[in-house]
Amino acid sequence: MTASLEPVVKPALDAAPGAGLTPRTALTAVLLAILALLPLYAGLTGDPFALTLFTRVIILALGAVSLNLIMGYGGMVSFGHAAYLGIGGYAVGILAKEGIGSGFAQWPAAIAASALYALVVGALSLRTRGVYFIMITLAFAQMIYYVAIGLERYGGDDGLTIYRRSQFGGLIDLNNKTLFYYLCFALLLASIYLVSRIVNSRFGLVVRGARSNERRMRAIGFPTFRYKLVCFVIAGALCGLAGALLANHTNFISPALMHWTRSGDLIVMVVLGGLGTPFGPLIGAVAFLLLQEGLSRLTEYPDLILGPVLLLVAIYVHGGIEGLLDGRRRG
Amino acid sequence: MLYFIEQCLNGVQLGMLLFLLAAGLTLVFGIMDLVNLAHGSLYMLGAYFAATFALVTGSFVLAVVLAVAASLFAGMVLEVVAIRRLYGRDHLDHVLGTFGLLLFFNDFVRLIWGPAGMTVPLPQPMLTAIEIMPGIFYPAYRLVIIAATLAVAALLYIVVMRTRLGMLIRAGAANRQMVGALGINIKLLYTLVFGVGAALAGLAGVLQAPILTVQIGMGENILILAFVVIIIGGIGSIRGAFVAAVGVGFIDTVGRAFLPDLLHRVLSTTAADTLAPSLSSMSIYMLMAAILVFRPEGLFPAASR
Amino acid sequence: MCTAASKACSTAAAVARPLLQIERLTKRFGGVVPTDAVSFGIAADEFHAIIGPNGAGKTTLISLLSGEITPQGGTIWFDGSNITSLPVHRRSRLGIARSFQITSLFRDFTALDNVALAVQAHRGHSFRFWRDARSEHELRQPALATLARVGLAERAGMRVDKLSHGEYRQLEIAMALASAPRLLLLDEPMAGLGPEESAAMVQMLRKLKGTVTILLIEHDMQAVFALADRVTVLVYGRIIASGDPAAIRQDAAVRQAYLGES
Repeated sequence: MTASLEPVVKPALDAAPGAGLTPRTALTAVLLAILALLPLYAGLTGDPFALTLFTRVIILALGAVSLNLIMGYGGMVSFGHAAYLGIGGYAVGILAKEGIGSGFAQWPAAIAASALYALVVGALSLRTRGVYFIMITLAFAQMIYYVAIGLERYGGDDGLTIYRRSQFGGLIDLNNKTLFYYLCFALLLASIYLVSRIVNSRFGLVVRGARSNERRMRAIGFPTFRYKLVCFVIAGALCGLAGALLANHTNFISPALMHWTRSGDLIVMVVLGGLGTPFGPLIGAVAFLLLQEGLSRLTEYPDLILGPVLLLVAIYVHGGIEGLLDGRRRG
Repeated sequence: MLYFIEQCLNGVQLGMLLFLLAAGLTLVFGIMDLVNLAHGSLYMLGAYFAATFALVTGSFVLAVVLAVAASLFAGMVLEVVAIRRLYGRDHLDHVLGTFGLLLFFNDFVRLIWGPAGMTVPLPQPMLTAIEIMPGIFYPAYRLVIIAATLAVAALLYIVVMRTRLGMLIRAGAANRQMVGALGINIKLLYTLVFGVGAALAGLAGVLQAPILTVQIGMGENILILAFVVIIIGGIGSIRGAFVAAVGVGFIDTVGRAFLPDLLHRVLSTTAADTLAPSLSSMSIYMLMAAILVFRPEGLFPAASR
Repeated sequence: MCTAASKACSTAAAVARPLLQIERLTKRFGGVVPTDAVSFGIAADEFHAIIGPNGAGKTTLISLLSGEITPQGGTIWFDGSNITSLPVHRRSRLGIARSFQITSLFRDFTALDNVALAVQAHRGHSFRFWRDARSEHELRQPALATLARVGLAERAGMRVDKLSHGEYRQLEIAMALASAPRLLLLDEPMAGLGPEESAAMVQMLRKLKGTVTILLIEHDMQAVFALADRVTVLVYGRIIASGDPAAIRQDAAVRQAYLGES
């Protein structure tokens, strides 16, 4: 019996989609190569700006990877994800101001604080669906934005300068821009790998199944709420890490980082790069931020072009840039 | 006591503005099932239109009328050119597309009107304080805002509940395809509804312009308050939007005014000072969270959704 | 056997040691009452069919039994326990599985993935974040076996949205079977099937008969009378007859209810 089923079992077990060289794979490979070699280019040309810009791209890509976990794979369109960038950043900033400069304390605090907020927001929001969920996550993010503005001791509306980057006791000096870049890059790759393991695990299949057909998931015996909540918390925690990185990168943190429109930026990155794909968030982050950067050099009114581009993508392209690459179009 | 009454009235006034915003938002969502993040941009446009018309005509009243008309027109144009291509899509597409519009309008306004804000001067009679009760004075203009919005609310109620158009609107909210099948010009209906939503948002922008602000991005923060209102009131329900708007406006205003005091009585000075601003702004979100625990669909959920 | 004439009809048809027992189950939607104080019992391993004209409330009944809808009144007993307030997933864990009248599957996954998920729900917890679930033999093997049982083994690796309608209906049953249930609620499994496919489905159901308790809702009378041990007739939310198939066939009230139907 087993022997005769082998030819069926093997392709069924082989879950890797799109094997072989596709435009998407090629683009990803090229992009990774460029990112890996970027500091060399920056060193050779003596242009520090590229390094600064791409460090930011990578950090925000990490944020997008975390959003992709819940949005792309889980179908939970959270419009409050920038909140975790802020919470992570403020954890670092507040601890730094209070004299705790060790990264070994700051970064876990950033992750834990973000996870906690995600737990509370998720517990309340995941009881709703669709548009309600979008609006509620939006509202909770805005709430934390106002809380930050109210924190006068930590800069309030003006923000908080972080004079010393997170200390790791000789292990690594974050002030070295190249080292910091590679650390961020390593963390990004690690998180992409982590997410890809999660989404193919038992847990991930439950979350993806809940996205596909929640009614059926419950009918076969899964209490979907708790799985979605855990997923939401993981995504929040990961984004908190990105927030800690961002605070270190800019030596500054302000409530503006948590404004809901920044959450919009993250959503754009995930969608542009292709929902529910492992490297999509990175592609989307690169595309979006480079587009923004390029347009602002071209014109004093970059959003006059960027805005309609997003609208056109929403109307005409299914699957974001991935869709463009794969030739998919809306009917 | 005087202060309390004044704050209550301010709360009601804010509630009125929120109602105008929320009504348009909830109408568009209820009937076209569209999430419009650019709704705040229409509010912003209304304010800028008013500023320009006031400058050009010199008359405040004329500026209001023209600005609302311009908002209606702008809304209808926007619907035809962009919004209608998003109908029937995933809400994520709506979010993405209207977010793009939001970005566009911010730069558009900066291009046409420049980066600095504008002002709308109020005619002298509006600036006086009226004695509404013995010993209690309240600015005339704020009373005008309340009165005007109540009039609009009444008008909306009459139209939606008592006219053929309103019946179509309610029917459309309940069953889109059916209304289309009846041969009603759905496209025109949608354009009209979106235009009315834009006009309401524009009116809100116009009304608040003399006392609050006319600047780029002004719609972004108040839009979220409008979302909170329709979450609490129930998406698709105008009645819910009204009740929730007054409630939210009231709690937010009174909360900000009195919570610091309350905290100072209960906590140490430093603790109260640190917490007061944050807690005050959190009050309506706490309200929203509390309501969600017991009624995830809002207070007056529209029957269809 | 009870008939509309006998007063005892709407109340519990006595069954010795029933696996499923429903007492005065009631559900109202606004002005409609799809389930009106319905009572009956099903014995273990019994094949029980529910028939009735359209709009009789049959799918509502299944949804009440599976837990998707909460009743306004009445009780549901499963294997001696009161499950009336249990949510859907808990009932599934107890051994109640259902298939859907309108196909409800995970369209972006393969047939094997679908069934494996149903297996996974009953194999320990799913808070495992690292190991590739598709490589877990203890999930894939039973899933494949279940697919073979319903005749879909060759389609295991196929994405669901590429299957034919008949294959959907087979997969629906497989999903329900995958959890090795004690009670199978089948909501019109033959909906939309042609004569050949229907015959194949009847064959498959015949093989299941006696191995698991089955509550079947169907319009296909041939299938019903070929398979059922007992038949209950539901009209406008009420039971008008219940008993063995032959007697039901001859009952006057039943024939009247079905005038022009089936």
